[in-house]
Amino acid sequence: MASPAAFTLETKALGVVLGGRPVLEGINFYWDGATRIAVLGANGAGKTVLLRALHGLVEPTTGSILWNGSPDRAPPQAMVFQRPVLLRRSAAANVEYALAVGGVARAERRTRARAALAGVGLADIAGRPARVMSGGEQQRVALARAWATEPRVLFLDEPTSSLDPAAASEVERVMGGIHGAGTALLFSTHHLGFARRAADEVLFIHAGRVTERTPADRFFDAPRSAQAAQFLEGELP
Amino acid sequence: MFDIAESFRIALRLVLSGDPELGHIVWLTLRVSIASAIIACAVALPIGAWVAVSRFRGRHAVVVAMNALLGLPSVVVGLVFYVLLSRAGPLGTFGILFTPRAIIVAQAFLVMPLVAALTRQFVEDAWLEYRDQLRSLGVTTRRAVPTLLWDVRLSLITVALAGLGRAASEVGAVMIVGGNVDGVTRVMTTAIALETSKGDLPLALALGLILLALVLALNAAAYALREWSARHG
Amino acid sequence: MNLQRAAIVASALAFAVGAHADDFITVASTTSTEQSGLFRHLLPEAKKALGFDVRVVAVGTGQALDMGRRCDADVEFVHDKVAEEKFVAEGYGVDRHEVMYNDFVIVGPASDPAHARGNDVEAALKAIAQARQPFASRGDKSGTDAAEKRYWKSAGIEPKGAWYRETGAGMGPTLNTAAGMDAYALTDRGTWLSFHNRGDLVVLVEGDNRLFNQYGVMLVNPAKCPSVKKDMGRRFIDWVISPAGQQAIAGYRVGGQQLFFPNAKPGA
Repeated sequence: MASPAAFTLETKALGVVLGGRPVLEGINFYWDGATRIAVLGANGAGKTVLLRALHGLVEPTTGSILWNGSPDRAPPQAMVFQRPVLLRRSAAANVEYALAVGGVARAERRTRARAALAGVGLADIAGRPARVMSGGEQQRVALARAWATEPRVLFLDEPTSSLDPAAASEVERVMGGIHGAGTALLFSTHHLGFARRAADEVLFIHAGRVTERTPADRFFDAPRSAQAAQFLEGELP
Repeated sequence: MFDIAESFRIALRLVLSGDPELGHIVWLTLRVSIASAIIACAVALPIGAWVAVSRFRGRHAVVVAMNALLGLPSVVVGLVFYVLLSRAGPLGTFGILFTPRAIIVAQAFLVMPLVAALTRQFVEDAWLEYRDQLRSLGVTTRRAVPTLLWDVRLSLITVALAGLGRAASEVGAVMIVGGNVDGVTRVMTTAIALETSKGDLPLALALGLILLALVLALNAAAYALREWSARHG
Repeated sequence: MNLQRAAIVASALAFAVGAHADDFITVASTTSTEQSGLFRHLLPEAKKALGFDVRVVAVGTGQALDMGRRCDADVEFVHDKVAEEKFVAEGYGVDRHEVMYNDFVIVGPASDPAHARGNDVEAALKAIAQARQPFASRGDKSGTDAAEKRYWKSAGIEPKGAWYRETGAGMGPTLNTAAGMDAYALTDRGTWLSFHNRGDLVVLVEGDNRLFNQYGVMLVNPAKCPSVKKDMGRRFIDWVISPAGQQAIAGYRVGGQQLFFPNAKPGA
């Protein structure tokens, strides 16, 4: 990829109410993609909703989300979910589907899909039905699918939470490769070791509010907020 | 009173001797039922899928109406098509009353609500599972319809089969628009009705057993197809 | 995608091949005639003689005549002279000819609790009404039903009460009901001879010449119905009243018994 296009993502007083409950409140956030961000917090704190709102799957109830200063100038982006959602077809066909939706011509789809699957180490089983693969393999297919569309930003919602350690470290490796190729990463997780290794900054959420944003190497040793400290004490890495 | 064993014997005799009249009736039944199931699926699969994924004002009323159509009395459908297809009616120039085509049309109409309602259910469940991921990929609601239909294709085999079974078991509407003409529009069900009204119950029951066997065979084949497909993803 | 769907629909329709309009006529007749098996015997001979198919749609007489009014039939072959003459008078039918007759019988439980047995239909009906024995009637405006109602009328009886059960159904189902209830019923002999579910019923009243049931054949009026296949229809009618057709009718037997007695008047 040529040097990636610059972008800014900004939320102003972002609030989301779901089912009558406020899930996110007063989120003010600014990001230019230069750093990899890990979103941490207890279960139910609002990590998933924040990611989905930033990606555009959830409408803000209050406040705004602006890309490059405007609500509709979002760059190409993709999202990987905790449980990989794959269609009932081969791994390669899943990736090609995403490219087809993006308007890529048929011949090019095939080559790009194959390259993406090779990049995640699944070249040998590209033709296998995605649904019969292991959890780790499926998540890698999801990553390959996201990568193949050449997103500028990749959101990942607890990408390793449903995987065993070996599969999880594969996913970590792939994420590193994707970032290395120029895609900005913003992900949530409750694997603290993973967050430490894979993030430059930590965004900590408690009860729907951001209580701190700290460089990763400092966060785990000396969090600035009381809630984050409590959280780190309660969780084992 | 009457002897079910005798009916089994009659049924076996008819089948093993390759009774040509039976063969003709069975072949006609298959032809019209499969044709009407195909037409019903062609129309109702996309409709059911589209209703499953769209959100619009009055959607709930549409879903309720779709489910209500399941209770459409078939004899009413038969009567309506009889009036429409009669020479004195608006579609009389096609001249299809009392021919297999009229049966196909009436049966297709009866099967459509079933296919639409079942498809809607299956696609809606799949949409719930896929919606976020598909929207993330930029898939529009319109584009999602064929994607979801292909993805739930195994369940759609069940749906098509339910439609086929419904078509093959129809008698009221088929009597009215087909006329039960000997050798032309006499299908298994109307033949059974005729033999029953003639008082030949053993023969009627024997035909019924054969029809059951037919439907069972179709179901078994579809089940095998589903199993094979599921194992191969 | 839409093209694919259209292709599927088209092939599905073609798959169930329809016939060409030139090689058949549609005859509206009655369920009792069909159930007697006459057409199974007669139509192959007609096809051999005429070279085209004769398709019979068997419904009640009322519906058969209605089919003619709606132009859904080419020829009428029914057995209700009063209704047929009205049909012609109203301009719906032309070229009416008498074809054959069969007879009605009254069946009932072998024990004959009403003492109806004999050869007098009016006496039998009076006896049944007086004894209030169950009687199964078609009540479906068919030719048989119309005849039954006329017999009650000429016997001076208006059949009403729990003993008089109208099934609103064809001859076969009505006989099924009668057998199930051990009831009396009026039926044409043809249906009776082919009826297997007799239970305890036997023929009790026959031979009264008021019980004769006249069949007529006529062409649906082409002036009112341009779609009527008048040439083939006329040829069929001519054949049925010709010696060849009449002989074919007489040749139909059930259990060795002749069911229908040809009585077409030549050149009528």
